[in-house]
Amino acid sequence: MKILVCVSKSPDTTSKIAFTDGNTKFDEAGVQWIINPYDEWYALVRAIELKEKDPATVIHLVTVGLPDCDPIIRKALALGGDEAIRVNTDSSDSYYIAAQIAEVAKKGAYDLIFTGKETIDYNGSSIGGMVAELVDAPYVSLATLFELNGTTASITREIEGGEEVCEVSLPVVVSCQKGISEQRIPNMRGIMAARTKPLQVVEPASIETLTSIVNYELPPAKAGVKLVSPDNVAELVRLLHEEAKAI
Amino acid sequence: MSVLIFVDQTEGHIKKASFEALTYGAKVADQLGTTAEALVLGTVNDDLAALGKYGVKKVHQVANETLNHVDTQLYAKVIAEAVTASGANVVVFSHNQTGKAVSARVAARLKAGIVAGASSLPDTSNGFVVRKPVFSGKAYANVSINSPIKVISLNPNSYKTVAGEGTAEVVALNVAVDASKIKITAVNKVVGEVPLTEADIVVSGGRGLKGPENWGVLLDLAKELHAATACSRPVGDAHWRPHHEHVGQTGVQVAPNLYIALGISGAIQHLAGVNRSKVIVVINKDPEAPFFKAADYGIVGDLFEVVPKLTEEIRKMKASA
Repeated sequence: MKILVCVSKSPDTTSKIAFTDGNTKFDEAGVQWIINPYDEWYALVRAIELKEKDPATVIHLVTVGLPDCDPIIRKALALGGDEAIRVNTDSSDSYYIAAQIAEVAKKGAYDLIFTGKETIDYNGSSIGGMVAELVDAPYVSLATLFELNGTTASITREIEGGEEVCEVSLPVVVSCQKGISEQRIPNMRGIMAARTKPLQVVEPASIETLTSIVNYELPPAKAGVKLVSPDNVAELVRLLHEEAKAI
Repeated sequence: MSVLIFVDQTEGHIKKASFEALTYGAKVADQLGTTAEALVLGTVNDDLAALGKYGVKKVHQVANETLNHVDTQLYAKVIAEAVTASGANVVVFSHNQTGKAVSARVAARLKAGIVAGASSLPDTSNGFVVRKPVFSGKAYANVSINSPIKVISLNPNSYKTVAGEGTAEVVALNVAVDASKIKITAVNKVVGEVPLTEADIVVSGGRGLKGPENWGVLLDLAKELHAATACSRPVGDAHWRPHHEHVGQTGVQVAPNLYIALGISGAIQHLAGVNRSKVIVVINKDPEAPFFKAADYGIVGDLFEVVPKLTEEIRKMKASA
């Protein structure tokens, strides 16, 4: 069993979001970088659990990014990946990123490709579907449970107002979310082992970018909360009805 | 040239988010001086000609039962063929569970740039620029799509549905559909509840409710408002409420018209899942709860006293309306 887990670097949730260069660049000053939580807690940890059940499993990590991604890749290796591949380029265009991952995926002939359900920076939820299309594999998104039975996967995924259980033969691309596994903390042995695990840097394939970010904007500041006395709940209802027109 | 809008259906009925996408797509067509057309996959019970009232002139339907279940691999192939057949240069999806997965595949297949999770109409004054929330709603990016075919998936609840007059021409589209590689073995729908991501109003509870046995006050309020129910991460982790109700950075992201938070302190991870809500009401006994800073309206008080009163006042208001 060969699993490819796609990981992305993203700013920590508590980071201050600010922009520079006339609001065209994300201000990285003081930002703490983490593995995108969906990639780490769900995609990677589920892959590790599968390897714990079947030690013949090999987990490769792939990220598309510049050398500043290396610390988060080492952390992912410390959690349990076997090898990592970093495609040495950066872009905000989801097609460009997905196509780079698809190149890696085609070369590695993986049985399973896991992604997080979205990244917490661009929030596109596009990479999994695009990679699946580019490698011509089935895609199951928003998975909350994943079990393997030989070469068949049984997957539960979120649909509107409920869930759907399906079976699919490998290879398959799966986007993972809460429910599929639980967050883990790397242990010291993992951290030591990660230092010597292979991290291969490959140059990007020649791929077009189809979108570009013109600029960023911060949302207008909230006007401030209007507090209503707990003894006058009717006033809140009036405000919601007449002023906010929300009920 | 035309704008093609993917209409999402479940069990034969068109989803609410699709009406927003139709209205939005028709407006995009207006901007570009072209026509809007819709695409429906699978068999449906709803009257497709009636989609004309949202501004589409034509509805293409691939009435193949295999497509009644979403398999993104089959969908992408069929939609790409429909795009070619209709000569569309803009394809609009709703950014719901289905749209997120399908739009990405279609974009890759057509080599079309995508704005996933759009929140505005395109600005066509200089290229084709669409706004979308990024950093979990803490900022917006204006994204330029530079490819000939453009894909937009529209965030639910970010464009208002407008229904006017009109009837669309319904055309059967003959496209070969492969057998699905995905076998659906069970569908478990939560019966009698409003789906969280489609809800206009969400009532959400946190640790301030003190235990699962106290959820009655919240459920009464939700029922009165026809609202979906949600919870904070600690509540989901403690299994007071099912996991799928967890709203926040690592749970579900919602953007309802009204989000009512009961006994939730408002950690930044929670706010990341709700800050696109139009109006936020916070009820918490701790005046220092950070959620008040993100709220539009608030009550500092004991939710077990305030919430039943609120439910009662809403009932009164509805009775007098």
